[in-house]
Amino acid sequence: MSTHVFKPDLPPPTLSVGVVGWLRANLFSNWFNTLLTALALYLIWVTVPPLIQWAFLDATWSGSTRSDCAPGGACWVFIQNRFAQFMYGFYPQGLRWRVDLTVILAVAGAAPLFVKAMPRKLVYGLAYLLVYPWLAFWLLHGGPGLEVVPTSQWGGLMLTLVIAVVGIAGAMPLGVLLALGRRSDMPAIRVICVTFIEFWRGVPLITVLFMSSVMLPLFLPEQITIDKLLRALIAVILFEAAYIAEVVRGGLQAIPKGQYEAAGALGLGYWRMMGLVILPQALKLVIPGIVNTFIALFKDTSLVIIIGLFDLFNSIHQATVDPAWLGFAIEGYVFAALVYWIFCFGMSRYSMRLERRLHTGHKR
Amino acid sequence: MQNPASEPSRRGSMMTDPKVRAWVFQILAIGAVLGIGWYLFHNTQANLAQRGITSGFAFLNNPAGFGILQSLIDYTEGDTYGRVFVVGLLNTLLVSVLGIFIATIVGFVVGVARLSPNWLISRLAALYIEIFRNIPPLLQIFFWYFAVLRAMPPPRDSHALGETVFLNIRGLYLPSPTPAEGFWAFIVALVIAIAGCVALARWARVRHENTGRYFPVLWASLGILVVVPALFALVAGSPFHWSVPELTGFNFRGGWVVIPELVAITLALSIYTAAFIAEIVRAGIQAVSHGQTEAARSLGLRPGHILRLVIIPQALRVIIPPLTSQYLNLVKNSSLAAAIGYPDLVSVFAGTVLNQTGQAIETIAITMSVYLAISLSISLLMNWYNKRIALVER
Repeated sequence: MSTHVFKPDLPPPTLSVGVVGWLRANLFSNWFNTLLTALALYLIWVTVPPLIQWAFLDATWSGSTRSDCAPGGACWVFIQNRFAQFMYGFYPQGLRWRVDLTVILAVAGAAPLFVKAMPRKLVYGLAYLLVYPWLAFWLLHGGPGLEVVPTSQWGGLMLTLVIAVVGIAGAMPLGVLLALGRRSDMPAIRVICVTFIEFWRGVPLITVLFMSSVMLPLFLPEQITIDKLLRALIAVILFEAAYIAEVVRGGLQAIPKGQYEAAGALGLGYWRMMGLVILPQALKLVIPGIVNTFIALFKDTSLVIIIGLFDLFNSIHQATVDPAWLGFAIEGYVFAALVYWIFCFGMSRYSMRLERRLHTGHKR
Repeated sequence: MQNPASEPSRRGSMMTDPKVRAWVFQILAIGAVLGIGWYLFHNTQANLAQRGITSGFAFLNNPAGFGILQSLIDYTEGDTYGRVFVVGLLNTLLVSVLGIFIATIVGFVVGVARLSPNWLISRLAALYIEIFRNIPPLLQIFFWYFAVLRAMPPPRDSHALGETVFLNIRGLYLPSPTPAEGFWAFIVALVIAIAGCVALARWARVRHENTGRYFPVLWASLGILVVVPALFALVAGSPFHWSVPELTGFNFRGGWVVIPELVAITLALSIYTAAFIAEIVRAGIQAVSHGQTEAARSLGLRPGHILRLVIIPQALRVIIPPLTSQYLNLVKNSSLAAAIGYPDLVSVFAGTVLNQTGQAIETIAITMSVYLAISLSISLLMNWYNKRIALVER
């Protein structure tokens, strides 16, 4: 009696595995797909090689004046030449270490918060939030022991970051209060909050900045004059608070009613219920949304060009219309785009990672 | 029997009674809002009196005395500030409508391309989305305006497309249609064709409900819309003369001129918003579970029908709300036009008119209420549409 002997498995057809198989499955699965691939390849062919040629191969990397620039390629000398101005604006040259120190302190101070095993994170975080802003203000603006640098000399990337960070930090508490107010049982509070939120969300930031620059002086008593930067900051904070409020409201709505009822059954009052039970859960849910709001704000800071502040974008724009460097607008804008892009893309990736990490308990 | 302990606790309950506290809070809040409002109003009046500015909307009837780059209605320098407002508003609406139209088309194409099984196409779509949504819109507007359009050649060396479309530093020149002898016949034909399409759609739906047989309404309607006007044009003559731009001397004559400011802002806003719309479309399509596709396939629907009858109606429900807020963002972002001098509402009204008249409060208030009104009406419209297509739950 003979037993059946299995023959060894044949290898899969060469056309369906490996590089060829991948190409067939992903790029040339049918005639339409093949057509699309050809179209995409053509598109890449007409855009990428000239771009590389312009930005790298034909580009000028070193020099000091515009006469050093080779025609035909990008002239990065322009960026190198004005780099300090793009970063610090008109901040006095000898005092720029203060800006650097502020940034280093911010990064070094915040770093422990990102260490997972760090004990007493909350206490440390609160202490940091209470101490750092004063320190940063003292370093940037000056005061006791330091030479005062008026805000009119602030500029460049530093100003962009100041507006974005102060804007979001100021908008956070106001936004949370507005969100709570919008979900309140008291009709008057609700109406006030809804009106406030819908008003700021319905108008463009430009008109808000216009308003802050021409109407704010009219609103206040004559003897009070407000700094231009402060006016912009107030506008940004009020505007962003409305957006934050809507993001936080989403989080509040996502908390099951049982949590409110359980907190009430424990005898907690309104503020304790919110502070100890609801908000910690709700805010955790909306961290990605807040990061997205921050990205939008970071891009919107470029609008302060309208009221004549020299943020990163305005510094670069002013440099491109400077007679000494006329004709390098593309390089300037490409550099600006790159800086904004790195910040925004980095933050959006971080927000996506957070979303995955914080997505506890709802996973399917 | 009296309980002595109940006395203080009742007085305490007045303070801790939620109803009483709610009233107190609300009265305090309203008082604070009114107080702040009165304080600001009082200061403003004092400041206005000091500067000798009379408030009120009478200035709208004064002659403006400045020219405007682009106007959709007749406008001369002698016209009033009120008319300037209308011109600015129409220019804002023009940018918004053009931008929404282009961004929707590009956004849907890129969003679908992002989900393409073709690896290269989906990567390219992802690249588009990641590049353009992470660069500030203002920067994109400036790039197109200052780095591209202002660097165009003078009219003599225009970039030409088939000798009918020209692009130079003065703008984009397009051929424009003017009514010809067959114009009214064309309009009549169009009305008849549209009525025919509506009737056809009704008939097809009734037949479909009664017999289950399907009629290709879309293709038939397109056919009617092309054939009927074409037949009328053959009989009554061409409906339009095309005025083609021609180089005479140093400039072009004839045709439509799209000023570079309008090109830059429309291009930048469309590209920027399209990146967001693409992500919304992708998320919407992905939100329809794969089981729906499989179920439709097992019912014997063809791929085109699966997409049109099963996937898209369900995806739209997810897509519409965030799409609305993107449209609103585009309308609000159109105010960035002020930065490159496109004569939109913010630029001519909250800019030039404010500077000329000094009526800061009135102009800003009018401008803001216009944007509020536009935002409100778009969201009402989209909410209505959303409700219409929403899932009917049992």
